[in-house]
Amino acid sequence: MNAPIFALAPVLPEIIVSLGALGLILLGALRGETAAWLVAELAVAILGVAIIVVLRHPDTTGADFSGSFIDDAFGRYMKVLSLIGALVALLLSLDFTAREKFASFEYPILILLSTIGMMLMASANDLIALYMGLELSSLALYVIAAIKRDDVKSSEAGLKYFVLGALSSGMLLYGASLIYGFSGTVSFNGIAHAIHGQVSIGVIFGLVFMMAGMAFKISAVPFHMWTPDVYEGAPTPVTAFFASAPKMAAVAMMVRILSTAFPGIVTQWQQIVGFLAILSMLLGAFAAIGQTNIKRLMAYSSIGHMGFALVGLAAGTQIGVQGVLIYMTIYLLMTLGTFAAIISMRRNGQMVETIADLAGLSKTNGKMAFFLAMMMFSLAGIPPLAGFFGKFYVIGAAMEAHLYTLSTIAVLASVVSAFYYLRIVKIMYLDDSVGAFDKPYWVVDWALVLSGIFVLAFWVYPSPIIIGAMAAAKSLF
Amino acid sequence: MIPLEHYLTVAAILFTLGVAGIFLNRKNVIIIMMSVELILLAVNINLVAFSSFFGDLTGQVFALFILTVAAAEAAIGLAILVTYYRNRGSIAVEDINMMKG
Repeated sequence: MNAPIFALAPVLPEIIVSLGALGLILLGALRGETAAWLVAELAVAILGVAIIVVLRHPDTTGADFSGSFIDDAFGRYMKVLSLIGALVALLLSLDFTAREKFASFEYPILILLSTIGMMLMASANDLIALYMGLELSSLALYVIAAIKRDDVKSSEAGLKYFVLGALSSGMLLYGASLIYGFSGTVSFNGIAHAIHGQVSIGVIFGLVFMMAGMAFKISAVPFHMWTPDVYEGAPTPVTAFFASAPKMAAVAMMVRILSTAFPGIVTQWQQIVGFLAILSMLLGAFAAIGQTNIKRLMAYSSIGHMGFALVGLAAGTQIGVQGVLIYMTIYLLMTLGTFAAIISMRRNGQMVETIADLAGLSKTNGKMAFFLAMMMFSLAGIPPLAGFFGKFYVIGAAMEAHLYTLSTIAVLASVVSAFYYLRIVKIMYLDDSVGAFDKPYWVVDWALVLSGIFVLAFWVYPSPIIIGAMAAAKSLF
Repeated sequence: MIPLEHYLTVAAILFTLGVAGIFLNRKNVIIIMMSVELILLAVNINLVAFSSFFGDLTGQVFALFILTVAAAEAAIGLAILVTYYRNRGSIAVEDINMMKG
């Protein structure tokens, strides 16, 4: 029998971030707006401590709160990804919020609060905990999207995200209530036990509603309508956050619920996931071609990438989940690097956001052009860059599960999407320059360089990520 | 004793009304927020009905959590709506069109 204090050990990272967020609210309330920069730096430190605590956690599986919270290798892996996304997004916004005059101490605190929600989503082991984690992260995200209060585009982004987000959590809940009703329990293990063998139509109905809600959170087609508008309207570091951390948590929750609560009806959900994957990949490939705003282009790009991640999930095997985890890790670093470059797109003190503004970048800022080009090659999936390996693992898993149509469509979509990534490289290297960008803040510069090095050197030493993903996937099966 | 199916039917009708309210409404955002509340209440009816049918309290605990979250959600939604109104001077659904899509 453990002492009560050790009983909370599985939740330690969440407790650290929660107490940190509460402390920062106090600090912000006492010191006022002048504390904005200090609060942001302390928030970065808290996230850093949480990452270390999660990484140093012994390799065990522990449950807490009567089994509604589970701390396993899978949860820890996804938590580290969400925390890295939040930490880098916060670093990218340090100087940006001051320059764009919306620095406030609430912003880093909201990021911390939504990160706690994401950590709970990755660790939730019953429907109630899942819903609470999801809402904690979403409610903070709605406010973060509208954080630039005097900007009409930002508040419109917040409003659109709120309306569609509320609808999607309503659908997810309706699905949850049906699943509770037809299986008699809310715990994932209990649901798996209850629906073993025979499938009632009510459970399938509930699963479809839940999938619709989750597809919204990862912006899979046909629930992607909000993505381009929110990405364009929100301030750029906020967009970087939206494209990284919440996606990790939403994929974590989808993978966990499908593979621990519904392993008995794989053939049923495989079709739904495959359908979402095909539509997302095709829309991501074709709709991005005509875009002129680089943030909108990245929105369609992220829709396409979520489609690829779902290809691995559709396989429904341990290899497939491992592929999803590797894909998400690589996607996270590519996205953060690309957004670091987009945040550096500032000319004469004004943010510029069109792809044409990148023209001739190789002549004015060779380093940024080189690393951004590497990001684009990697997003397109060109070997030997990291993005290729992500696609390799998910498509390999789908082939092993005999999903040949899905794999073929994935390869074709990847060819089509290469067009718009390569067009950006062409604009940077072959077009005439339209003037240099302002010198970016050093943190932003380093974020781009480090993620560029990761993308370039992944093939040299990929084993930590691949072994970590393997252990994480194994803990679910 | 009212059978379980009747509760589920009412909840399904309320849920459908809520979803339809979000998509069909062309007037203003407040109506959308009312529709969202309708959806959440439909879910609560479902949960409480199942809970009393099973004689299991979990569903009612879930319903209480949902009530709390719904209150927070409404507060945040209204706050965002107020900032939007300050910037745009209107909350009509057809005016929310600064960005195409």
